[in-house]
Amino acid sequence: MRLHISVEKRLGGFSLDMHNTLSGDRTGIFGASGSGKTSLVHMIAGLTSPDSGEIYLDDTCLFCSRKRINLSPEERRIAIVFQQAMLFPHLGVKANLMYGYRRCRPEHRKVRPEALIEVLNLQHLMQRGVNRLSGGEKQRVALGRAVLANPRLLVMDEPLSALDDSLRYQIIPYLRSVSEEFGIPYLFISHSLTEMQLMTDQVLLVSQGEIEKVATPDELARSTMASNPRGYLNLLRLKGASVQDGLFHYPWGSAELIISDGRTENGSLFELSSRDIILFKKNPEAISARNLLECRVSEMFDSDGRKGVVLQSGSERLVAEIVRSAAEDLGIATGMTIFAAIKASAFRRLS
Amino acid sequence: MNLSPQDITAIVLSMKIAVSATILSLPFGFATAWLMVFRQFRGKVLLEVLVNLPLTLPPVVIGYFLLLFFGRNGWGGAMLKAAGIEFIFTWKAAVIASATVGFPLLVRSIRLGMESIDRQLLQASRSLGASWFDTLVSVVLPLSFRGMIAGSSLMFARSLGEFGATIIVAGNIPGVTQTIPLAIYDYASSPTGTSMALSLCAVSVALSVGILLLHEVIGKKLEFRRGA
Repeated sequence: MRLHISVEKRLGGFSLDMHNTLSGDRTGIFGASGSGKTSLVHMIAGLTSPDSGEIYLDDTCLFCSRKRINLSPEERRIAIVFQQAMLFPHLGVKANLMYGYRRCRPEHRKVRPEALIEVLNLQHLMQRGVNRLSGGEKQRVALGRAVLANPRLLVMDEPLSALDDSLRYQIIPYLRSVSEEFGIPYLFISHSLTEMQLMTDQVLLVSQGEIEKVATPDELARSTMASNPRGYLNLLRLKGASVQDGLFHYPWGSAELIISDGRTENGSLFELSSRDIILFKKNPEAISARNLLECRVSEMFDSDGRKGVVLQSGSERLVAEIVRSAAEDLGIATGMTIFAAIKASAFRRLS
Repeated sequence: MNLSPQDITAIVLSMKIAVSATILSLPFGFATAWLMVFRQFRGKVLLEVLVNLPLTLPPVVIGYFLLLFFGRNGWGGAMLKAAGIEFIFTWKAAVIASATVGFPLLVRSIRLGMESIDRQLLQASRSLGASWFDTLVSVVLPLSFRGMIAGSSLMFARSLGEFGATIIVAGNIPGVTQTIPLAIYDYASSPTGTSMALSLCAVSVALSVGILLLHEVIGKKLEFRRGA
């Protein structure tokens, strides 16, 4: 998917001025609330019109003020998943799902309803009224409804913000698998870095109505490490735990991670703050933290006076954060071997 | 109860006029409410004032304006005459009088219903491939249903009680344009009509209570269906 945006719009005292060309199927739009994310995607989807400029999706001109082109939302075929599911309250689950499909021209129908219902695990909800669904179920139906419209582009406008944490990370695999399975590119809007890291390959950083830069989610997480109250958040997908003394032992790289809040069945996603890793130059032999990993420093980076240290064990990586004076005391350098201590309770299980 | 055949005619005529006025007004009421809720345009305030004017204007004044418009020398009258339609002092005139007077009530109720529709539902519908008209029919209309039921029953009740505008454009002709209120007015001005007037009053009360009950029941039923 290639998206060319060059738009200007005044909204009261706020002015929006965005220019960029994006390619890639999994793009994030990241920014604080009120930065213009939603206005931008509304212009892309045709729900509001820019004052001037142009928007191209692949070779289709969606909007061009010079050529006086402004396709209506239904001609653009860009489906939106909103923060609140926005299911039609007068229709049942099935009618909601089929709303866009029925309106899609037969030659555009790539996604089969049966296949989608299976991927989203909606079989048992089909006969229900939409007001008898839980928050997560509603969001899954909303996602299914958008995908079944067979859009050229799927816009997800903070689809997880209204859900609580445990549910949020249950929905993410659905979001990803649906777009992968059916080959639909998406724009994912969020103000959560973790969601960006899980959902996107590149991120459009939006601030005060302008596109500040395009970066990978990892670059973004690194550059905001010092300013983020929780530092850089390492995301670890671990599976195959064994239990010893009430602690979960997960294989990780060439070592093992010991985690208090684990699960033996299925895989889990864990979050670990870069600030919860303590580095030692030599092996401290005995410490209370349950994880002592021997790692190689594969890379170092600066973030506002803090040092990010990328630790490598086998093919796995972790980012630790230290202040500059600590880096000098440790005499840390790329390529050296170092010991990292992490408490078993520092890992937060997301799913 | 003491109802003469003439009273029965008046009751039937009242119902006929109220039903016709309500059905006639519904599409216009829906369109007006939609314009006022979902569209931005110049002169919206003017439309607002115009639609609500019959609420504050004395019905007699409305009746008089209608008479001027549809009368022999008015625009409407000329057009109807050209089409060969007899209008003033017929039950059709009473329908128009009732429709005009009840219209603001209808629009208000539909509007309240429409205002509670989340705009994002409409955006969702558009982004799923529905044109604006399709969205209007498949989302706005069903979600305005309660407002329309509420507005229709209010308007129906108001039409049953219409007096001032009706007597001016339709007159008070027994068997032709005499509705319940007009019949009561006749009885009230005759020294022997008290019991007859009271009978028609009772019918009036019964009809009003019936409509309000129906209104409640339908409202509840719709609520139940949407909750299910």
